[in-house]
Amino acid sequence: MRDARPSVTVTFDGEEYDAFAGESVMDAARRLGVPIPSLCYLEGLSLYGGCRVCVVQIAEDHRLRPACATTVAQDMEIKTDTPLLRAHRKAIIEMLFAEGNHVCAVCVSNGKCELQDMAVATGMDHVRFDYQAPQREVDASHPKYVFDPNRCILCTRCVRVCDEIEGAHVWDVAFRGADAELVAELGKPWGESTSCTWCGKCVAVCPTGAMAYQGKAVGEMQHHANVVIRLATARTKGQWLDPEEVG
Amino acid sequence: MAAVIDLHEVADREHEARSRYPWRIKACASTACLSAGAGATVQALEQTIEAADLVLDAVVVPTGCMGLCSRGPLVRVLRRGGDETMYQAVNKEVAIDIVRKHVRNHEIVDTNLLDTNIPFFTSQERVVLANGGVIDPDRIEGYVAHGGYEALRKAITEMAPEQVVEEIRSSGLRGRGGAGYPTGNKWALLAKAEGDQKYVVANGDEGDPGAYMDRTVMEDDPHRLIEGIAIAAYATGASKAYIYVRAEYPRAVERLDRAIRVARRNRLLGRRIMDTDFTLDVEVRIGAGAFVCGEETALLASIEGRRGTPRLRPPYPTERGLWGQPTMINNVETLANVPTIINKGAEWFSSIGTERSPGTKVFALAGDLVNIGLIEVPMGITLRSIVEDIGGGIPDGRSFKAAQTGGPSGGCIPAEFLDTQVDYDSLRQLGSIMGSGGLIVMDDTQSMPDVAKFFMEFCMDESCGKCVPCRAGTVQIHTLLDRIGNGDAVWADLRHLEQLCATVRDTSLCGLGQSAPNPVLSTLQYFGKEYEELLSDEKKEVADA
Amino acid sequence: MSETTPQKARVATVWLGGCSGCHMSFLDMDEWLFDLAEVADVVYSPIADVKDFPKDVDVTLIEGAIANEDNRELALQVRENSKLVVSFGDCAVTGNVTALRNPMGDPSEILARVYVESPDLNGIVPSEAGIVPPLLPKVLPVHQLIQVDVYLPGCPPPADRIQEALEGILNDDLPRDRGEAIRFG
Repeated sequence: MRDARPSVTVTFDGEEYDAFAGESVMDAARRLGVPIPSLCYLEGLSLYGGCRVCVVQIAEDHRLRPACATTVAQDMEIKTDTPLLRAHRKAIIEMLFAEGNHVCAVCVSNGKCELQDMAVATGMDHVRFDYQAPQREVDASHPKYVFDPNRCILCTRCVRVCDEIEGAHVWDVAFRGADAELVAELGKPWGESTSCTWCGKCVAVCPTGAMAYQGKAVGEMQHHANVVIRLATARTKGQWLDPEEVG
Repeated sequence: MAAVIDLHEVADREHEARSRYPWRIKACASTACLSAGAGATVQALEQTIEAADLVLDAVVVPTGCMGLCSRGPLVRVLRRGGDETMYQAVNKEVAIDIVRKHVRNHEIVDTNLLDTNIPFFTSQERVVLANGGVIDPDRIEGYVAHGGYEALRKAITEMAPEQVVEEIRSSGLRGRGGAGYPTGNKWALLAKAEGDQKYVVANGDEGDPGAYMDRTVMEDDPHRLIEGIAIAAYATGASKAYIYVRAEYPRAVERLDRAIRVARRNRLLGRRIMDTDFTLDVEVRIGAGAFVCGEETALLASIEGRRGTPRLRPPYPTERGLWGQPTMINNVETLANVPTIINKGAEWFSSIGTERSPGTKVFALAGDLVNIGLIEVPMGITLRSIVEDIGGGIPDGRSFKAAQTGGPSGGCIPAEFLDTQVDYDSLRQLGSIMGSGGLIVMDDTQSMPDVAKFFMEFCMDESCGKCVPCRAGTVQIHTLLDRIGNGDAVWADLRHLEQLCATVRDTSLCGLGQSAPNPVLSTLQYFGKEYEELLSDEKKEVADA
Repeated sequence: MSETTPQKARVATVWLGGCSGCHMSFLDMDEWLFDLAEVADVVYSPIADVKDFPKDVDVTLIEGAIANEDNRELALQVRENSKLVVSFGDCAVTGNVTALRNPMGDPSEILARVYVESPDLNGIVPSEAGIVPPLLPKVLPVHQLIQVDVYLPGCPPPADRIQEALEGILNDDLPRDRGEAIRFG
């Protein structure tokens, strides 16, 4: 099926491509197979712009911009992979590893984790910064799921999917700065939340091992973030995508 | 519907009332003087006047800020005919003396005399603060007697909205909140924007440590702000406005609330203002104690009752702001300039200051200076003039080391740049910013890495936590500064510090994060040696790469 | 060793605060260990009976984090006497499981919990000067104490990855972009 949307010509790292007018640099890159790292971005959810690993350089100025929130324009020259971008992205991933307690070896998502993948993708082989080793308590009060804030990177995918797709808005962020944390229902244990529908979408979209099914051992937790694409497409276009297709 | 206020009549009545008293004693009752005991001063003045049988001769007017806060409580004694005497450090005893000696016997109280012929007063140019030390902030009559609401009358009865926008645009007024965006352009954007409901928001979430420019405007001349807002709303087609005041300013909230009620009663706000078709509601919204809410998108979220975190721009608030409607956010000081610009014209305004930064700027002078307080100076004045003339130089025989402008988002400027003109562009070139107007001077006893750490701690505490570089990066920068301060750091730490600053600056979501490294970067640039001297002698090395 | 044969590289491995899993993985290199022996001598290792860390070592692989005074001392010796230091495995690179105690703060509380509160009788924190090394307040990754030249993450790093890294190091052609070879966990 041909898309009738008007197109604009852009370049990604010197290669010319046709992008749709009005789409974001991220969406264009995804569709065209240009890799841009990301963490908080998830197709089907609203934009958040918090992780900053998707920053790209636009030739016309020196400011870095998040690919997720930058709209393509005719003749836009986009650089997705420069030494500067690599250095910044690596630093951001290091910051994430240093601020929480990300111990891959004992994590349910070991080997299936987007943060872990991002470390590989950005060439992050060690953290130059001090590990903050915060004290955070695991919330295992829910009969079906576990939330481990030690592994949470505050991407808010769970907050958004719960609010925007499920319509329950169980999750939100409380406090600020380094004290910011995910809370269920204004700070209740998850298991005592009365608005949680047990739908599991928050678990599905979690990029790390912060949200998991009860009883999973190391490396056993497989998330399915792309379920959102199916739901969002059904919602907006009234059309069910083939689960195989969206992966 | 209540009657529209007759500005001329009110002004005439006020002038007439004023001339009844041979003596008028203006006592600063602004927050700084109040904390120095101005409450007791006012009381002592009033009681002594009565006790000395001078009630028909003298009247006490509590006023807004007179500027030289470090010498407060300040009192001005005005004699009919024009003589004026200023007193400093007026405690209860001095207040009694002023009435008994000065008012009754025409004898100056020498011990507390404050010479107004010093550069602190003579080098200033008061536009925004024109009514400070002059009027009683709680009485609209005082404001009207000094030309208040004349600009609003002129704008809505004699000018088309486009003309008002054009007037502001050609005045060259730039946003006083820090970034210096041309105000007229912003107004034009909102005027052009389409929406069911447009909003004007006055940003009074002044959060820089030591800064109290906006507080002073809101507390001491609330009607000036309201008038500025009303003119902005008329020019842009907004019919609803909010004043976002930080919760730490309860007095500003109280004053503004009262001023809004009074303005509404006099048909200066509300429906059919001054019997025209222009309608405007103004409401005060109280902040929730977060520095980041001074960032415009976070501020809007906060007004809507949501968590105060910044969001991605575009869309800019003038396209999609409060509840998705076109919204314009102006800083309090910016709006306080507006009535005078309309009254005196764009040309007059742009004749003050520099070509690219016209007008004046209010600064809160703080730190190691002889004179500390609130000043308003023409843009383009040199930093040296502010420090040495107005500020009176560095006390205790110490010497000047650095001036910090722009608060936690600004930078430290060393002595070699004292002759730099103070305007948006020159400060930016030096790695600092104009900011909202905090100006902290440091003498040669201050450690610059310590100063940087202080500001970094502020930014770290105030980070909203939304984006990673600001949330986690400020923590790491602070950790490194801590290590440097403790003498435990090595060269690699210093390098990591610079790299971290670059990442936080270049990748953070909003202005708070992007500018958070400024104090570190500017002190590294101008006082790098101080960091190096703190490095550990130990042969300990840490990894590079 | 005859004078004409090329000088063999002097390789060492040390075991600090870790589970020895990285060394098990090292042994998993199986027959390649014979190839390694052709070009290198293992001059110090928990699997070799050498008491003191030798001088003039070419490459030292450090397994484990810096958890106690002994670890600290040995790591400093390693740096002093090695041309190239490799952080070998996640504990050395990140602190990993060894550093799980860090969020709990002061080690004395943990020691009391383990040795005093938990046992049914005769609870006592073991201490013997010169034998039981005191714990450091915080477990550190190796690079926070000494300069590290190559990072080899993994818990443990699989044998083929260790082999690849050693080949790269010994032939001085370790690629800059190492792809999956730097995966944690």
